[in-house]
Amino acid sequence: MANFRTCPDTGFKIDLQADKLIKWNAVTAVVFLLVGGLFGLLVALTRWPAVHLLDAELFYLALTAHGLDVLLVWCIFFEIALLYFTSAILLNARLVWPKLAWIGYWLMLGGAAMTNVAVLQGDSSVMFTSYVPMMAAPHFYLGIILFAVGALLGCAVFFATLHMARKERTYEGSIPLVTFGGMTAAIIAVFTIVTGAVILIPTFVWSLDMGLIPEIDGLIYRVIWWGMGHSSQQINVAAQIACWYAIAAILFNAKPLSEKVSRTAFLMYILFLQLASAHHLLADPGLSAEYKIFNTSYALYLAVLGSMIHGLTVPGAIEAAQRKKGYNNGLFEWLAKAPWGNPVFSGMALSVVLFGFLGGITGVIMGTEQLNLIIHNTMYVPGHFHGTVVVGTTLAFMAISYWLVPTLWQKEMVFPGLAKWQPYLFGLGMGCASIFMMGAGTLGVPRRHWDIAFADSPIGHIFPEAANLMMGLAGVSAVVGSLGAGIYILNMVGTILWGKAKVPAPAAAEPTTAATPSAATSYGGAGTMAVPGTFVLAMVFLTTFVLYYFVNWKYLAGVWHLS
Amino acid sequence: MSSDSSGNIPFMQRLLDSPFVLLALGMVVPTMLYTVWGVVEILSIPVAP
Ligand code: HEM
Ligand SMILES: [Cu+2]
Repeated sequence: MANFRTCPDTGFKIDLQADKLIKWNAVTAVVFLLVGGLFGLLVALTRWPAVHLLDAELFYLALTAHGLDVLLVWCIFFEIALLYFTSAILLNARLVWPKLAWIGYWLMLGGAAMTNVAVLQGDSSVMFTSYVPMMAAPHFYLGIILFAVGALLGCAVFFATLHMARKERTYEGSIPLVTFGGMTAAIIAVFTIVTGAVILIPTFVWSLDMGLIPEIDGLIYRVIWWGMGHSSQQINVAAQIACWYAIAAILFNAKPLSEKVSRTAFLMYILFLQLASAHHLLADPGLSAEYKIFNTSYALYLAVLGSMIHGLTVPGAIEAAQRKKGYNNGLFEWLAKAPWGNPVFSGMALSVVLFGFLGGITGVIMGTEQLNLIIHNTMYVPGHFHGTVVVGTTLAFMAISYWLVPTLWQKEMVFPGLAKWQPYLFGLGMGCASIFMMGAGTLGVPRRHWDIAFADSPIGHIFPEAANLMMGLAGVSAVVGSLGAGIYILNMVGTILWGKAKVPAPAAAEPTTAATPSAATSYGGAGTMAVPGTFVLAMVFLTTFVLYYFVNWKYLAGVWHLS
Repeated sequence: MSSDSSGNIPFMQRLLDSPFVLLALGMVVPTMLYTVWGVVEILSIPVAP
């Protein structure tokens, strides 16, 4: 029998098991962000030419650990917490199968620890992509497999809870949009994990070296591996957008402009986003142009359309809600009067803008078969994905934790002053790091490369001075960004450990006084499209997009010296 | 699912309200268009003599 408590801040009815699971998953996520972030800092300090901190062996070890711990472990633990939140709590329901959820948690933790041990032992510096024929220790793959099985159990609990909530009629009509976003993430997660199993289990058997599987084909490995590797990024995107809608609903009680349109945009993700996995194969032999172009253009653009819809409707929803409150002057009073000092809002706002401009635009450029040639395997690639997964996803997760942690633990933030600045520090630091990495990539600097000075190699290459400058600036920005990440972690851990208990509002016994963010827990749109400010912002975005697209075709033309 | 109660709910809404149908679509579409198509192309590369 499930037990519940009522949240004094929001009036949510909270299943105690879900409460505990959300907390454990979120805290574990933050711990891995710390570990992975430190490795990231080491990597950045090595790629900063004037510092060049680690030796080659340690560099590749740190790079492998960084990719795994942040991309896989931090993101997915946090997403499991979000799945339990968007199902059990937003639907007012009990979490189904809590025991299974705990087994999932321990499998994920054990798997993550196992893979980390393998990496730290030093024989598994194969990067998180672990391309064959490079072979890592067997427990490197086994750890990832266990982690994935654990995450799959989390998804099962999510779907079962969704199903049960509907059967027990804990909510009316359709599920709220935030939950729909969580469901989109969960669907993509199931595809990701199943695809991962198809490739990682044979690779694990191959690494045992018992002759059962003597060889794994490199091309096939890449096709199937990226079906997992890319799709896992789309779990992040869907979860991050669910956070945007959740924050808009929580802070402004903002309803989506049109629930139908936003849900259809999520449907575009479910159907088409994973196909973009093919953008990792654009330079691979053996695959036809039809395959590459269909999967990265025709079909993918439908998913990009989905992203643009979310990018438009999140600020649109906020604008509509703010105008309703009377912030009606001019195009942008609603925006100017937004709570920029509240990290929940500023983190989300920066995440929307930076994800769109840094991650989104560059992703479409890179996914164009011809343009991909300019930047394939250069620093442009990590530049791009620090624009998506760091200043987009990670920042969105940080933003929502500024609300989630004090609310669930019922504690005051320990360093509210630092928290105010944290999203700007992290967002701008990592945003600049991402821009400078892209700059270096445009000048040809390779990714995953220990020494671009080629100090003791027989065949060298001299990069333009500007390339070293870009790498230096990327290093400086990364240090600023890491400081931002550190402050976030300090604030979260500090609040949980030493935060003062929140003083319950007077007469808290009366649940009606709690401001339930009903926009987060119910279905329904704002029923207006009168958001002129948002449309202006969207035009700025589209203009930048088009200009940058053509600039890149110009670069491409320059490659062959035709002009 | 009785057809009379869902009769006047539009098709798209019914689709979007069915998590398991969406889950199935989200598995089948990328598996066919991305994974299977890609693997078949690679397997059909002729082996060098
Ligand atoms: C603490 C702030 C961070 C810093 C300073 C940082 C810095 C870096 C640097 C310099 C690289 C190396 C690029 C190369 O040599 O090819 C890198 C790679 C990478 N980063 Fe980060 N990063 C940070 C946070 C994150 C986060 C939060 C994520 C994911 C959520 C992430 C995901 C990745 C991935 C997947 C790689 C590629 C690893 C590989 O090529 O195998 N980073 N990062
Ligand atoms: Cu990708």
